[in-house]
Amino acid sequence: MSAAAAFFYLFAGVTIASGFMVIASRNPVASVLFLILAFVNAAGLFVMMGAEFLAMILVVVYVGAVAVLFLFVVMMLDVDFAQLRQGFQQYLPIGALIGAVFLIELLLVVGSWTIDPGLVQAPLGPVASAEAVTNTQALGRVLYTDYVFFFQLAGLILLVAMIGAIVLTLRDRPGVKRQNIAVQNARTQTMAVETRKVPSRQGVEV
Amino acid sequence: MNAAQIVLPALGPALPELILSVGVLVLILYGAFRGERSAEGVNVGALILLVVALFAVMSQSGAKVTTLNGSFIVDNFSKVMKALILLGSAATILLSRDYFQRERIDRFEFPILLILCTIGMMVMASANDLIALYLGLELQSLAAYVIAAFHRDNLKSTEAGLKYFVLGALSSGMLLYGASLVYGFTGTVSFPGIVAALDGTAGFGIVLGIVFVAAGVAFKLAAVPFHMWTPDVYEGSPTPVTAFFASAPKMAAMAMTVRLFIGAFPDVTAIWQQIIVFVAIASMALGSFAAIGQRSLKRLMAYSSIGNVGYALVGLAAGSQEGISGVVVYMIIYLAMTLGAFAVLLSLRRGGRMFESVDDLAGLSRTHPVMAFCLAAMMFSLAGIPPLAGFFAKYYVFLAAIKSGLVALAIIGVVTSVVGAFYYLRLVKVMYFDEPVAAYEPMPPGARIVLALASLVVVLLGIVPGPIVGAAGAAAKSLF
Repeated sequence: MSAAAAFFYLFAGVTIASGFMVIASRNPVASVLFLILAFVNAAGLFVMMGAEFLAMILVVVYVGAVAVLFLFVVMMLDVDFAQLRQGFQQYLPIGALIGAVFLIELLLVVGSWTIDPGLVQAPLGPVASAEAVTNTQALGRVLYTDYVFFFQLAGLILLVAMIGAIVLTLRDRPGVKRQNIAVQNARTQTMAVETRKVPSRQGVEV
Repeated sequence: MNAAQIVLPALGPALPELILSVGVLVLILYGAFRGERSAEGVNVGALILLVVALFAVMSQSGAKVTTLNGSFIVDNFSKVMKALILLGSAATILLSRDYFQRERIDRFEFPILLILCTIGMMVMASANDLIALYLGLELQSLAAYVIAAFHRDNLKSTEAGLKYFVLGALSSGMLLYGASLVYGFTGTVSFPGIVAALDGTAGFGIVLGIVFVAAGVAFKLAAVPFHMWTPDVYEGSPTPVTAFFASAPKMAAMAMTVRLFIGAFPDVTAIWQQIIVFVAIASMALGSFAAIGQRSLKRLMAYSSIGNVGYALVGLAAGSQEGISGVVVYMIIYLAMTLGAFAVLLSLRRGGRMFESVDDLAGLSRTHPVMAFCLAAMMFSLAGIPPLAGFFAKYYVFLAAIKSGLVALAIIGVVTSVVGAFYYLRLVKVMYFDEPVAAYEPMPPGARIVLALASLVVVLLGIVPGPIVGAAGAAAKSLF
């Protein structure tokens, strides 16, 4: 068994195992962490296929943003996951049966699947051959040149999303104490500390 | 590595969009630094931007030019549709000022989102490939979801925004799936490329793709059977936003539809023609029958817009140059009629409250004779009664349908427009023959301007339809 095959089975095995643990784990936080493990291993599989850009995007977007968001939601929301999962074991046999049927169907379909050789030739996009450049380079070459219009439009769409989120949720609450750094920095000893003579047995008024 | 020479794409054809994009960024910064006090300034700035962009659009030669790697096309069709879109957006800003100030939701983000929405719509009108079309559509839709929920403390407005968002996302998904099928079976996303790849024949995959794309497009047009969101969203949104939804985005959606079907699938007309014929018949029928029982003016206008989209689609179903010319004429006149009607609707205010039901129009002819006369002109025009402009709008699309052999479609259209005339004329009856309750406050200046211009268009174009018919003919010619 070559090293590549060994790594493939390692990544694939861990992906499936952690995928199973996502739904089997009792603790929802552990579920999310297993999900992250599954994402990272899937990224490893992408690297092995030579799609390193997709792998990096998977790590950056899914692990870096989406999974962390999940983690926040799980920790912030008071959801009783044990109650949600009640009866899960009871339905397991039926679920397994349906899953098995789908698997057989999929195998039958994919087994007889042939891709029209003409279709593989069809894409007309200006993509350099895989031997000449890595796919990150290939994407980078067209993203800011041929597809700069789409890139800018996507930027505008993200701007709308940002403005929209602010418009719909930001409220100006009165009576909120805000930090004023200039005032803080300008404080001197005389402003902060007051020295008073305390007469014996009389005290001072505060 | 020998870096490929990078050639800057020609940006001249996209000048109006660039003006708006750069201008909106400046307005955002101005608004962010000035805070809430900047609403007035941003509104004025947005209006100026729209007018400048309109001049930039009008100064384009109208010759067919593609740029930005072939995904952006400028021709007579895009010129006319962009002018309509910009007019609709500018009218919305005029209509919205007074309303937003009185409802105390006068925030500077509204004109900014409106401009961003306008950029999306203009990209839709100029899209020459599926990616540009989808990105323009998303830019337009996302901004529209936000402004539907702009009155965020109002339950109905937030409901409208949420409903629009969920259903809009679903329809975008359908359109995207159809687009991916078309890409998968042709190997290209550019419209001329698709035409070349299809070569006049369409396999099963392409048919499936066209069906899904048509479903997504029909949702954006609010055409039956993808119209369900329309009455709720129109009713819940703040009224100036409803006026906007009924005007500019309809122009953009229609421009996109025509561009897509005529630009990418001109040789497989038989496939999409039956879809468009069905959608047109269903929209015309539902628009006329469902509006009869409506008491709310905003819901009435929603059903009216569904019906009007149906009539405009009759022209597209014809699939001929005449048909497209009819669609353009229809959209020009529809824009004027809708904005005029909403200008009146936004003026029904008494004692700090807006009135939005049909019965609130009672006796308007005695309390506000000019306003009532203008609204009556709009309603007669919407009902399609000569010599007003609405008659010619319907005349041209039906004529094109008959010339393309779709006689049944034209007959159904005429029958449903007779049914539709009932509820348009009922408004006239309520205004002229019912007893008034009390006078409304004087019309806000913005609404006054919009109503005057709209009435002028509806009356003048009915008498002298030459100029717009000529412009529409040139627009349609550039597509064939």
